[in-house]
Amino acid sequence: MALRRFDLDAGGSSFAFKPETEEKIAFWRGKYPADKQRSAVIPLLWLAQKDNNGWLSEPAMREVADRLEMPYIRVYEVATFYTMFRLQPVGKFHVQLCGTTPCQLRGAEDLKEVCTKEIGKPMHVTDDQRLSWEEVECLGACVNAPMVQINDDYFEDLTPETLSGILSRLRNGADAKSGPQVARVNSAPEGGTSVLTDPALYDGSKSRLAELPNLPGAAAPPPAPPPAPKVEPEAPKPPPADDLKRINGIGPKFEQMLLDMGVRTFAQIAGWSQETVVSIEAKFGFKDRIDREKWVAQARMLAEGRIDEHDLIFGRGKD
Amino acid sequence: MSDTFKLNIDGQEVEVPKAYTLMQACEEVGAEIPRFCYHERLSVAGNCRMCLVEWEGAPKPLASCAQIVGDLRPNRDGSPPVIRTKGAYVEKARNGVMEFLLINHPLDCPICDQGGECDLQDQAVAYGRGDSRYDENKRAVEDKNMGPLVKTIMTRCIQCTRCVRFVAEVAGVEEIGMISRGETAEITTYLEKSLTSELSGNVIDLCPVGALTSKPYAFNARPWELRKTSSIDVMDAMGAAIRIDSKGDAVMRILPETNEDVNEEWLSDKSRFVWDGLARQRLDRPYVRRNGKLQAVSWPEALDAVKAALSVGADQIGVVAGDLIEAEQAKAALDFFRSLGVKNTDCRPAGAQYGLSGVREHYLLNPTLAGVEESDALLLIGTNPRVEAAVWNARIRKSWLWGKLKVGVIGPVADLTYPYEHFGNSPTALDSEAVRAFFKGATKPMIIIGEAAVCRSDGEAVLAAVLGLAQNVGAIAEGWAGYGMLHTAAGRVGALDAGFVPAQGGKSTGQILDGSVKTVVLLGADEVDLSRLGSSTVIYVGTHGDAGASRAEIVLPCAAYSEISATYVNTEGRVQMTTRAVQPKGEAREGWAIFRALSGLFGKVLLYDTADELRGVLRGKDGENTPFSGRGYAPGAKGFAALSAAVPASSGAIGNEPFGRSIDDFYLSNPVARASRTMAECSALATSLDTAVAAE
Repeated sequence: MALRRFDLDAGGSSFAFKPETEEKIAFWRGKYPADKQRSAVIPLLWLAQKDNNGWLSEPAMREVADRLEMPYIRVYEVATFYTMFRLQPVGKFHVQLCGTTPCQLRGAEDLKEVCTKEIGKPMHVTDDQRLSWEEVECLGACVNAPMVQINDDYFEDLTPETLSGILSRLRNGADAKSGPQVARVNSAPEGGTSVLTDPALYDGSKSRLAELPNLPGAAAPPPAPPPAPKVEPEAPKPPPADDLKRINGIGPKFEQMLLDMGVRTFAQIAGWSQETVVSIEAKFGFKDRIDREKWVAQARMLAEGRIDEHDLIFGRGKD
Repeated sequence: MSDTFKLNIDGQEVEVPKAYTLMQACEEVGAEIPRFCYHERLSVAGNCRMCLVEWEGAPKPLASCAQIVGDLRPNRDGSPPVIRTKGAYVEKARNGVMEFLLINHPLDCPICDQGGECDLQDQAVAYGRGDSRYDENKRAVEDKNMGPLVKTIMTRCIQCTRCVRFVAEVAGVEEIGMISRGETAEITTYLEKSLTSELSGNVIDLCPVGALTSKPYAFNARPWELRKTSSIDVMDAMGAAIRIDSKGDAVMRILPETNEDVNEEWLSDKSRFVWDGLARQRLDRPYVRRNGKLQAVSWPEALDAVKAALSVGADQIGVVAGDLIEAEQAKAALDFFRSLGVKNTDCRPAGAQYGLSGVREHYLLNPTLAGVEESDALLLIGTNPRVEAAVWNARIRKSWLWGKLKVGVIGPVADLTYPYEHFGNSPTALDSEAVRAFFKGATKPMIIIGEAAVCRSDGEAVLAAVLGLAQNVGAIAEGWAGYGMLHTAAGRVGALDAGFVPAQGGKSTGQILDGSVKTVVLLGADEVDLSRLGSSTVIYVGTHGDAGASRAEIVLPCAAYSEISATYVNTEGRVQMTTRAVQPKGEAREGWAIFRALSGLFGKVLLYDTADELRGVLRGKDGENTPFSGRGYAPGAKGFAALSAAVPASSGAIGNEPFGRSIDDFYLSNPVARASRTMAECSALATSLDTAVAAE
């Protein structure tokens, strides 16, 4: 890590936040009490860097200091401490190349050569102002090593060829696809998964309510002998009047349990009193979930036929 | 729960308050703990790791400066925790720390100004290895500009951050910081701008290595060659304790000494760097003006000329004492001129409306400088302590930082390094509801009036109003005298105590200098307006060729404060003495001796032959209580009785003219400072900064 100094010439003498940034500034400042506004210094420096073509000029730093009423030297300390605040101009696309051990072992050195050849020395900006690069420490995507970050996006599983291709696309104004540059989804195995392939794992059919004997609230639960099989042959139930699964939070399993209890319509649920809710939750073996997921309110809305409104607010449920 | 905690340190059992740090506890039993970053008057940083000690049972050595005793735990059997500050374990730890500190420290002690008084050097000898195992490249750091006073060789820096903490906490201007991180960390000012604090020189003393050294003193001397003399500073009315380091007949530098009652251990830049002014523009021979030019003459010739100039009748002679006059000279001059029948004597600035009431407490800073730490509400009237008593301002700031003190100001708005409530610019604000509300609930109110506030046409009324206010808000009570006057001149209180004011019917400074008397004697008075003297003959007795000497017909050279053992009374009424560090320049004489010689010439010999006899007269007889009878103590709250007496009615009414500034340029407020090249540089820099701010 070399000495980091402001590029005073390139920084000019003034800086102003973009008007649309003001809202974000207010958001960050709003997080801190009036006498602790200094705490917002890092987010504000970050916003200033975004508004200043990806680097932090000296006037931009002063603007942040003035806004937070901090001495310049205190902001200067922060801006020089964190290397992600860049004190020199960068290209429109700034490549941060991870050079830490996993990436290095997977070929980051070769990527550096590509950058040096195509762009130049670290922090050098190409003549067309489009590209610049620097080596950074671990960006936390080791499983996709080697990788680079270009502006806000990760480009992973690179080879010298793919990186070279990305750079030339960016140089020529074309878009480049971010993410892994090989056939894999995120950090999933290349060429598709080979384990955990059973679709039943994902449709909910394998999940089951577990009665844990030592769960608080479920005091001394005698493992109830399943009465259900007995009930079933007795009287075939009439088909459900309503599709209870429309209520967000009720899946096929809960629906079945509700049906077993004789709850068949939205109106029934809408009429639940607090005691009923508590007793039902006790039966289901959870707490506060009905309130949290607003089953009663959802049911009232669905019972009254305000289906679109329900879907807008709560989503469509699991039907 | 008891508030104390038992420890076993190096085999000794000791019980200390729980709030102590482990370092304090170790020092309690006399153990020596090395340190670089820790400083008693700064916050704890704990980053140098030199103060490591062993806590038996702890997995690692502890940084004793940052370990609170109350956080330690007794052993399992209930016996006190065992701490060791010696032994192989601790020695190995310190040795390791020292080796790392020295890895990037250059081996340039032979050309380093800190050599001989360097903490790193001393501790490397005591705790370090004999040789280095490091054969990689050392790091190098660019030197930084910190202004005309502080020289930087940043490669030597060990990042203790004492300077950063000092300017932020004590000086109150956040201008130094540590930028970058890890191996590239550097101490710097923002974009290498100069320090603007008037206490910046203290970072030189604080720096434990040679990274920050004195620029004016660079390569001038080695500490072991210097003769060290404890003395008193006269650049402001505080009377800070200083050490004058001299070599041969030259003052090489001035350092602060510790006086908890006055300056703690700080010193203002003017006091510290003014020493080159003691060697420039000095009057080393008597001069008499002949044919419009000052010509060097012998002492007998000069004294004859003085005799002629004084033969104009007693009411045609006026004597004005300057800012730096020592009590001995004031007393001898006063006795001499009174013996001639001269009534026109004054030591106060032109237009001064105080000092004639005969009540000493009216012109003293009765609550004392240290008293600001007890006070809970401080009102500053027509004074800017940052300029008039810079070190005291840091103390006010300290008290404010501790959250005990609130400050109010009546007078010009200025950056005092702490927030304050501003009640207005003119004395009319004294009688306002806001001021009374400000003091409501205060148990130890403190009201400080600047000298400038009583050197104006309504000064008498202002003083009466302030005294009245002090009584009304409960600032005067048994054990607390909350009224005080902050002077700007070191010699003022001593001269006032000696009685150097107009006698009954005598003229005051402004009247003496308006050309109405034939002969004007200036005792180092350069701060007064000399433009209206007209055809008056001027006799100048002083140290420097400044405004007074250039207007004078006769110039008599006398010794400066570094060249005599003389009495000064500070603004609190604390009697202190300077010590002669070097000989007076050339033929210059001690001030009092000049008037002793003159008195012989006039056949009215003064009653003392030595300075000690003169001081005996000032002190009074055994058992007699005069302002000079105690030494080193401020009268403080003893003055409450005099202050609680009814305030004498003033003749005039309070005007609404705003208070002015008593000192226009901090760096050039007296002849010594004006002769100093360093001060001129500081002043030019400060002025350019002011202009730049005004232009924005």
